[in-house]
Amino acid sequence: MNNKYDVVVIGGGPAGLASAIAARQNGAKSVLIIERDKELGGILNQCIHNGFGLHHFKEELTGPEYAGKYIDEVDKTDIDILLDTMVIEITPDKMVYCSSSIHGYLMIQAKSIILNMGCRERTRGAIAIPGTRASGVFTAGAAQRYVNIEGYMPGKRVVILGSGDIGLIMARRMTLEGAKVLAVVEVMPYSNGLNRNIVQCLHDYDIPLYLSHTITDIVGKSRVEKVVVSKVDENRNPIKGTEMEFDCDCVLLSVGLIPENELSNELGIEMDPRTHGPIVYENMETSMEGVFASGNVVHVHDLVDFVSLESEKAGMGAGRYVSNGEVSKNRVVRTINGDNISYVVPQYVRKDNVEKSVELSFRVRRPTQQVNIVVKDGDTIIAKFKKEHVVPSEMEKVSIPKILLEKADKELVVSIEEDT
Amino acid sequence: MRELICITCPKGCHLKVDEENDYKVTGNGCPRGAIYGKKECTHPTRVVTSTVKIVGAEIERLSVKTNGDIPKEKIFDVMKELNRVVVKAPVHREDVIVSDICGTGVDLVATKDL
Repeated sequence: MNNKYDVVVIGGGPAGLASAIAARQNGAKSVLIIERDKELGGILNQCIHNGFGLHHFKEELTGPEYAGKYIDEVDKTDIDILLDTMVIEITPDKMVYCSSSIHGYLMIQAKSIILNMGCRERTRGAIAIPGTRASGVFTAGAAQRYVNIEGYMPGKRVVILGSGDIGLIMARRMTLEGAKVLAVVEVMPYSNGLNRNIVQCLHDYDIPLYLSHTITDIVGKSRVEKVVVSKVDENRNPIKGTEMEFDCDCVLLSVGLIPENELSNELGIEMDPRTHGPIVYENMETSMEGVFASGNVVHVHDLVDFVSLESEKAGMGAGRYVSNGEVSKNRVVRTINGDNISYVVPQYVRKDNVEKSVELSFRVRRPTQQVNIVVKDGDTIIAKFKKEHVVPSEMEKVSIPKILLEKADKELVVSIEEDT
Repeated sequence: MRELICITCPKGCHLKVDEENDYKVTGNGCPRGAIYGKKECTHPTRVVTSTVKIVGAEIERLSVKTNGDIPKEKIFDVMKELNRVVVKAPVHREDVIVSDICGTGVDLVATKDL
């Protein structure tokens, strides 16, 4: 442990592990990972199910195995690791202030910083479900930690609100551990989870999925006793007379994730209201020179494989920054939401820093069939990609070759056009 | 003709399995889909992931998986068997925790170093 590093990585989850390795391989001579938990791996440690790594490792791994492979890689390097250490503040002069159970208060000077703090779950407060404040209401991820790491069951009869992947995975997990999952309730007319998870987590165990429904009341004095579920109309307002009651002692919420950016906000880097994450350039550098960000702190990903990939980019950017210095900002184009697009990452592309191609990640607003993904600057079509179907729950990516990128002058407007 | 969603990878291909034509699979994006489609219509199998109790480690539970797919109807037998297992640290990834679990011919292995 020193108090000066070329690159300091904030967070030891999948993003931090991948960016630290890439930074070390691309010019950083000293790298430190700071992790608040007692072990590396982040949320992967509690995601004990399989399905990770098919893109990256070409085999199906569980969360701990995916993390384990990266941890093995880190162990082979001279990357320093601080566990059980909470970063309190990062300042624009690249000082990292933290509190560690072993070392006490620490001040570490970095030349470059990579933000890899990940995201956290939306809670009951964020979605304002009516009812009493009875115990037994958990976020799905918190319940996952209780069951898979700490060995506690949060309930016996369970209703899950939200059909995102974590909700579906927990429906199966609670069932395997002996609980009865009465229902998964989804306010949208479609599930936001992967189809495979609907099959292997719900259908396999005959767990009913109620689409266009929501919880309209949580009843119980000290412990949850029942919930009321109602159908919703197309504006997501509950319809009177459609109420169903479920006797349960536990409610799990899987209602979305928010990038965890307290440190980024205090640091004063520019944020994107669409992603709730930092604005980034093509190499994952933020608006502050030498500060990079990647993974779920930038935008919430569906697959950890893509978090790793993006973080390799950030690590490479940081490594090159400490060895070669700043990137020219002479020719910058901005990415913009077109029709049916909710966000695009990166927000800016410095054309001089693109070697072969630039990859744009984005999400659509509504499910659409037979589409063209069109990238334009004004009336000039830069690139066009055909796609069978697009859905909001699946992040889309397109890669624009440098040759085509050169045609863009100011903007890259990404839009979804229905193929007619 | 049976319609299935492939669970082999996150892509979730829409498969069509022709039960009268030796379970010929169409709609699959890769060879794994063809294997899954046939299996799912003849003898469905799953990989089980869960945890067992561990003593002497930083945390209370060791994550484990069946090192291959097992018949679907044996899932709860495996879960029952897991309740009896107590492991002592240290354990390494891929260590066999229970061999040939529930007579499936498949080993239960650790998925984490603890």
